[in-house]
Amino acid sequence: MAFESLANRLQATFDRLRGKGKVTEDDVNEMMREVRLALLEADVNFKVVKEFIAKVKERAIGQEVLKSLTPGQQVIKVVNDELTQLMGGEQSKIALASKAPTVVMMVGLQGAGKTTTTGKLAKYLQKQNRRPLLVACDIYRPAAIKQLQVLGEQLKVPVFSLGDQVSPVEIANQAIEQAKAEHNDYVLIDTAGRLHIDEKLMDELKDIRATVNPHEILLVVDAMTGQDAVNVAESFNQQLELSGVVLTKLDGDTRGGAALSVKAVTGKPIKFAGMGEKMDALEPFHPERMASRILGMGDVLTLIEKAQANVDQDKAKELERKMRKAEFTFEDFLEQMAQVRKLGPLDDLLGMLPGMNKVKGMKDLKVDEKALNRVEAIVKSMTKEEKQNPELLKTTSRKRRIAHGSGTSIQEVNRFIKQFEEMRKMMKQFTKMTDQAKKKKGKGLFGKFPFMQ
Amino acid sequence: MSFFKKLKEKISQKTDAVTAKFKDGLTKTRDVFVGRVDDLLHRYKKIDESFFEELEEILISADVGVSTVMELVDGLRSEVKKQKIEDPQQLKPLLSEKLVGLFHNQQLQSGLNIEEGRLNVIMFVGVNGVGKTTTIGKMAHMLKQQGKKVVLAAGDTFRAGAIEQLEVWGQRVGVEVIKHQAGADPAAVIYDAISAARSRGADILLCDTAGRLQNKVNLMEELNKVYRVISREVPDAPHETLLVLDATTGQNAMSQAKAFGEVTKVSGIVLTKLDGTAKGGIVIAIAGELNTPVKYVGLGEKMDDLQPFDPEQFVHALFAGLMEEYDEGNSLDNP
Repeated sequence: MAFESLANRLQATFDRLRGKGKVTEDDVNEMMREVRLALLEADVNFKVVKEFIAKVKERAIGQEVLKSLTPGQQVIKVVNDELTQLMGGEQSKIALASKAPTVVMMVGLQGAGKTTTTGKLAKYLQKQNRRPLLVACDIYRPAAIKQLQVLGEQLKVPVFSLGDQVSPVEIANQAIEQAKAEHNDYVLIDTAGRLHIDEKLMDELKDIRATVNPHEILLVVDAMTGQDAVNVAESFNQQLELSGVVLTKLDGDTRGGAALSVKAVTGKPIKFAGMGEKMDALEPFHPERMASRILGMGDVLTLIEKAQANVDQDKAKELERKMRKAEFTFEDFLEQMAQVRKLGPLDDLLGMLPGMNKVKGMKDLKVDEKALNRVEAIVKSMTKEEKQNPELLKTTSRKRRIAHGSGTSIQEVNRFIKQFEEMRKMMKQFTKMTDQAKKKKGKGLFGKFPFMQ
Repeated sequence: MSFFKKLKEKISQKTDAVTAKFKDGLTKTRDVFVGRVDDLLHRYKKIDESFFEELEEILISADVGVSTVMELVDGLRSEVKKQKIEDPQQLKPLLSEKLVGLFHNQQLQSGLNIEEGRLNVIMFVGVNGVGKTTTIGKMAHMLKQQGKKVVLAAGDTFRAGAIEQLEVWGQRVGVEVIKHQAGADPAAVIYDAISAARSRGADILLCDTAGRLQNKVNLMEELNKVYRVISREVPDAPHETLLVLDATTGQNAMSQAKAFGEVTKVSGIVLTKLDGTAKGGIVIAIAGELNTPVKYVGLGEKMDDLQPFDPEQFVHALFAGLMEEYDEGNSLDNP
């Protein structure tokens, strides 16, 4: 899909404005049109977009943007701020009843991923030393019960089922009795997918709710849902009073505007996000990341924050000095690698960089974490002197020893040393470039992370 | 003869039953969509920028792709300027024609590429939870009604309970399901299914595959392998590769259509869950931006709720309200 990122689009507008010296209200309107399109393309509901644009415009036309020297960046900041605020900053915590068991009910449309999410949630609770009981209340879809049972088996979590001939209300009720008897502290009720306008089936959910008094009713929403997400969420919320939302399939390439729509109309927090096929791929939801994703700005803000939080500033400065003077050694390399890896898996980091998915060949780039481990092993197999003085590594016996020590081959060691030398050369050039650029702008992010180019 | 009259006549030649089913399934879509366009046309006294903006919003709210909408509305804008139209009522025929026109890119052949005297292989692909297995069940039923011998291949070996789900459908419909264990290589399942279907003299083999997000490189590779196995074992196969799309999906549907098209040469689309809530605008977007025909639509949960998609019927069902009024208006203007 030829989504042009909002940042790029706004940039084009700003470039035209640059010579003007002053930004007028018309200019802001033009920018707002771009923002509007970006949000609509991301599947944010048009009503939500309308309100949102009005709000941003007010702030933009007010002092904040017009008087700023960098109106473009200011607009992005305002948009991002408002979006993050709208997404809510609540901690995704799952309810805990004062008296066990805590009852959680999963509801949603067909195919949203309720059963899978129920399994993932069980795993999540298991990790916190809870003892969940899964309840198979989807008596309609063929083999839905079997699906939950298989998941239960995988996770070693008990599954309560009465087959598909007993009413879901009765199943839920008996399940809670069993949970009490067996001392399960969480009861996760998987219900059948249904359309929010299907009165009969919605009544069934209301009956379950009235019978078991759940502490948590989670609406499971497919992140790829389009404009209809609003109606679905609104209707489920009105009829059942949701306590939260789980957004599934967020590991796809959708912008996920549905998240914003759902949050805006229900006011209920998005508590979790499904991020993959595996059972442990359920993550707490990060509103601020979602904001940037919807706008197509990458996660650059998160990345900056992450970097600031995790990278030791003094060390970074020292590294920078070394890089400039091309004194970069294997020891520094190890240091740098550790710093970068502290930020999380490299795949994720690369994905956060805006424009990265556009760079040719970068889209499907997978960073091989294992290869990184091998590189680390090679460096760690060097002597102290070798680490500080890469020149020593010209002799074969040293290389052989390193290969032996790191469990790699001489070829691999050679290849790495060559790459390292190239990197040093590149750093030299790069610092020259940044020195020139520095006159115009501040030091770019890349100054800190030579690995990410 | 007016455009709509032609369309209407064409449709009245088709069986009423199907049209009725179609209309019922699309009631919600029609009410929301046409109702709002109508309301818009009545509310505005003059055509201005906010009129266009609101029209954009109505179309977008039906999940018609943003770029399709922008194109359409820009086209209207220039028409309005050229013909100096001021009254929104006058815009109606123009608007309807433009909307219907979007479907004309759509190839009209909607049937499946099935031939007598050979094993026809149909592969189903799509992201998770769109209703691939259910669609296969429904299609098996449909084909069996037509007197075909159908075999199902349980190629979703990944999702828990997927094989069992297909087996239940097999029992319901009364067709055989070829399966391996959960976790088996899907390409191997399909390979076996092809030889089984051959030895049983089946007419049609429907191949289920596991749902996968289109940006998962490895999983798409796996799908491509299944595709290659089919085309190696049966000449010209798969005779159809149907992409199953959830009608509630937003703009991501485009990305799905493209990515799946690249690895499996998608020949048609099945749009599921079009009943009740779905707006089906994505059909317009697909017609407008891709060259893949929508062949079937899922309009409910029952076995016979899979209907062949006919663009003309769809337009008729969707714009029925608009058309009737338009005809009345026409007869008033030209007695």
